Amino acid sequence: MALGLHKSEVKNPLLRWVDERLPVITMIQKEYGTFPTPRNFNYFWNFGALAMINLMIMIATGIFLAMHYQPNTLMAFDSVERIMRDVNYGWLIRYVHMNGASMFFIVVYIHIFRGLYYGSYKAPRELLWMLGVTIFLLMMATAFMGYVLPWGQMSLWGAVVITNLFSAFPVVGDFIVTLLWGGFSVDNPTLTRFFALHYLMPFMIVGVVFLHVAALHITGSNNPLGVEPKGPQDTIPFHPYYTIKDTVGIVVYLMVFAALVFFSPNYLGHPDNYIPANPLSTPAHIVPEWYFLPYYAILRAVPDKLGGVILMFSSILVWFAVPWLDSSKVRSMNFRPVARIFFLLWCISFGVLMYCGGKPAEEPFVTISRIATAYYFAYFLVVLPLLGRFERPMPLPESISRAVLGIKAMGGGPLPAGAAAKPMEKA
Amino acid sequence: MADMATQPSAPPAGAPQATKRDFLALSATAFAAVGVGAIVWPFISSMNPARDVLAMASTEVDLTPIATGMAVTVMWRGKPVFVRNRTAEEIATARAVPVSELRDPQTDQSRVQRDNWLVMVGVCTHLGCVPLGQRPTDVRGDYSGWFCPCHGSHYDGSGRIRKGPAPTNLAVPQYTFLTPTQIRIG
Amino acid sequence: MKRFLKITALAGAILLAAGPSGQAAGEAQHPRDGGFSFANLFGTFDRASAQRGFQVYKEVCANCHSMRLLSYRNLVELGLSEAEVRAIAATFTVTDGPNDEGAMFERPARLSDRFRSPFANDAAARTANNGALPPDLSVIVKARHDGANYLYSLLTGYGQEPPAGVTIGDGMNYNPYYPGGQIAMGQVLNDDQIEYTDGTNASADQMARDVTTFLAWASEPETEERRRMGIRVLVFLAIAGLLAYGVKRKIWAELKTKSA
Repeated sequence: MALGLHKSEVKNPLLRWVDERLPVITMIQKEYGTFPTPRNFNYFWNFGALAMINLMIMIATGIFLAMHYQPNTLMAFDSVERIMRDVNYGWLIRYVHMNGASMFFIVVYIHIFRGLYYGSYKAPRELLWMLGVTIFLLMMATAFMGYVLPWGQMSLWGAVVITNLFSAFPVVGDFIVTLLWGGFSVDNPTLTRFFALHYLMPFMIVGVVFLHVAALHITGSNNPLGVEPKGPQDTIPFHPYYTIKDTVGIVVYLMVFAALVFFSPNYLGHPDNYIPANPLSTPAHIVPEWYFLPYYAILRAVPDKLGGVILMFSSILVWFAVPWLDSSKVRSMNFRPVARIFFLLWCISFGVLMYCGGKPAEEPFVTISRIATAYYFAYFLVVLPLLGRFERPMPLPESISRAVLGIKAMGGGPLPAGAAAKPMEKA
Repeated sequence: MADMATQPSAPPAGAPQATKRDFLALSATAFAAVGVGAIVWPFISSMNPARDVLAMASTEVDLTPIATGMAVTVMWRGKPVFVRNRTAEEIATARAVPVSELRDPQTDQSRVQRDNWLVMVGVCTHLGCVPLGQRPTDVRGDYSGWFCPCHGSHYDGSGRIRKGPAPTNLAVPQYTFLTPTQIRIG
Repeated sequence: MKRFLKITALAGAILLAAGPSGQAAGEAQHPRDGGFSFANLFGTFDRASAQRGFQVYKEVCANCHSMRLLSYRNLVELGLSEAEVRAIAATFTVTDGPNDEGAMFERPARLSDRFRSPFANDAAARTANNGALPPDLSVIVKARHDGANYLYSLLTGYGQEPPAGVTIGDGMNYNPYYPGGQIAMGQVLNDDQIEYTDGTNASADQMARDVTTFLAWASEPETEERRRMGIRVLVFLAIAGLLAYGVKRKIWAELKTKSA
């Protein structure tokens, strides 16, 4: 008989009854319990779990905010202030949501940085990486539309500038922009649809996150050495080792989050967004939220409208191609001293772009942005493809367990495989 | 999360550190539980009436335009409140009813502050419909009071349930006479 | 990796420090530090000052500036009794209606009413103010960079000679703290212009300080509760973090002894 009840090993009869019919408990046990995970993760490997927690926080706070928010240009600003003043704990929920967006980007930027440094995008994890880039794009769209909802000056003018980007495309540009607006300017129809989409997109993110995790559980995780586990001695069960390690990371992350929310909730925001939107007057100095500044700087670095828009979109789209642009066989930059320098420069160029994006579009920032933009792309399009052919990486360790257990194991002759495998057998 | 399903990955029983670790793990778990509870509360609380809603929770009614035998319906907390200026005859009928006959025994005197002014929340105590009987042309039920058309509850001239599925009398809100011709509900 | 991280962290810190503060790129003079009690990370509002500030708002600012997001009931949080606030509200007339005849009518304000606005709409406000729109003050401290110090500096920044070469437009006033240096609002706070009910000497500086405190409270009335809760949350998380780290050490220690 091909079909039938799942062979469950759960002891509790009620849970077993469920598990035989829908093996969710077996699945959780397999994917998060005994799941063999490289034993040498450092704390950078917390950030995937942190991003997951952050997504859940955003969805929870967002749902409760939506119970009080009015997506109408006449009421939006006041309804947000009503949440801050009159709704019980409304200020808390709103500040968590608002700063949660920043925390989300901090966490995800570190997650991406981790992937780039340790070569987590390389075969066989290309699709895993691409799904991650997709999540990032969805996040950007969600964050952008969320920022429009309070209907302050920055909300309105950010929406005007970003939607106008699409007008750069020949022939279809104006059509797309009018379609986005639902009118002849950013107005009530735009706000209402942005609210609908802002509520929808996080659930699309959840869907792609599911695929991202599913793909991860096929290839298994990368690790700081970039050497694949060669046997049970190289891995440990996810639970309890990484559940507890993630918990430590989560608490630290929550402390940073709390410090921001409770003591400096408006630090990362712009004061102009507490001025109600006024379609007749643009603020003197409009800037996007900090996490969009690098792309904004790239946009402004190009004197041509269409060119700027294309380059800005390319700055993220190029990430999709990274698995094929990087020609090095060595994953972790711990063993690529030269690549490390180029990558450090890339991180600096990203930071410089972030800085210039927040500055007025004048000299010397324009020239600096151009240099940084050039390097940003050169890293992906020139350095990564060529470096793998010319550089001489350091020798890789034979296996994770050799590297981790170090001298002791080496000194003791061949690795006592049986001893090291013990925790795995137990799991 | 996955804790309840994972038995085997626990450390070997009887290991010397086991008790210390158990104690640590227990306090950590207790802390997590308290934390989750503390996180959940603001969310639930946010669904309760906000402060501006609570501040609007009183309504003032001017009684001068309501002639004897007439009634008005005012809005209070989003619900109708029936204010009726009863005739002497209506008062007498309501007071003649023996309290022991009632499903929800209450004297008429205990339901009013001034004999002729009956103030009640106009929401049927069965399932929340608004009973008929405010307008002179309305059906007023078998007891010349109010009649709920949804499921056939009959209320008398004091708003007490006499027949039908409703369990209790029409509720009397908190109100005060600011002047002989003005009341504040709430 | 370690050195790499150090360099990146250093670069990040420099950016973080330079980033948001770099936004105030304008010609305006940097605001003076008013030394407000609430500016401190754990600070609270000086209630007496905020109450006096409300008096300044009511008697001076409210002639032109609305505070449409505040209600009279909010004043109870400033430390005034409910009866006092009721009495304050009753001195204002607000339009209500329509009544049973369909007409709007005037009545004394109640606790639940919003602060009465001086003008019916923006156009009326502009007409009465030489074309300039006096901004709503409900969230003004949040809506300006370094809001409290900016307001305090602006209110006390009048009466200086404009630098050479700057011509002040008709009906405009010079104020070095205002972006561009020319502001439509004239000097409104003068010594002893009002009489404080608590007997404090109403110097222009004192009034500016008080009204700024009041407006800072009005912009972020949740500040004190937020900071109190923040301390509790951080203490809780610190203990939870130590516990979690302890458990983590224990769990991983077993792994290491077994493998080595």
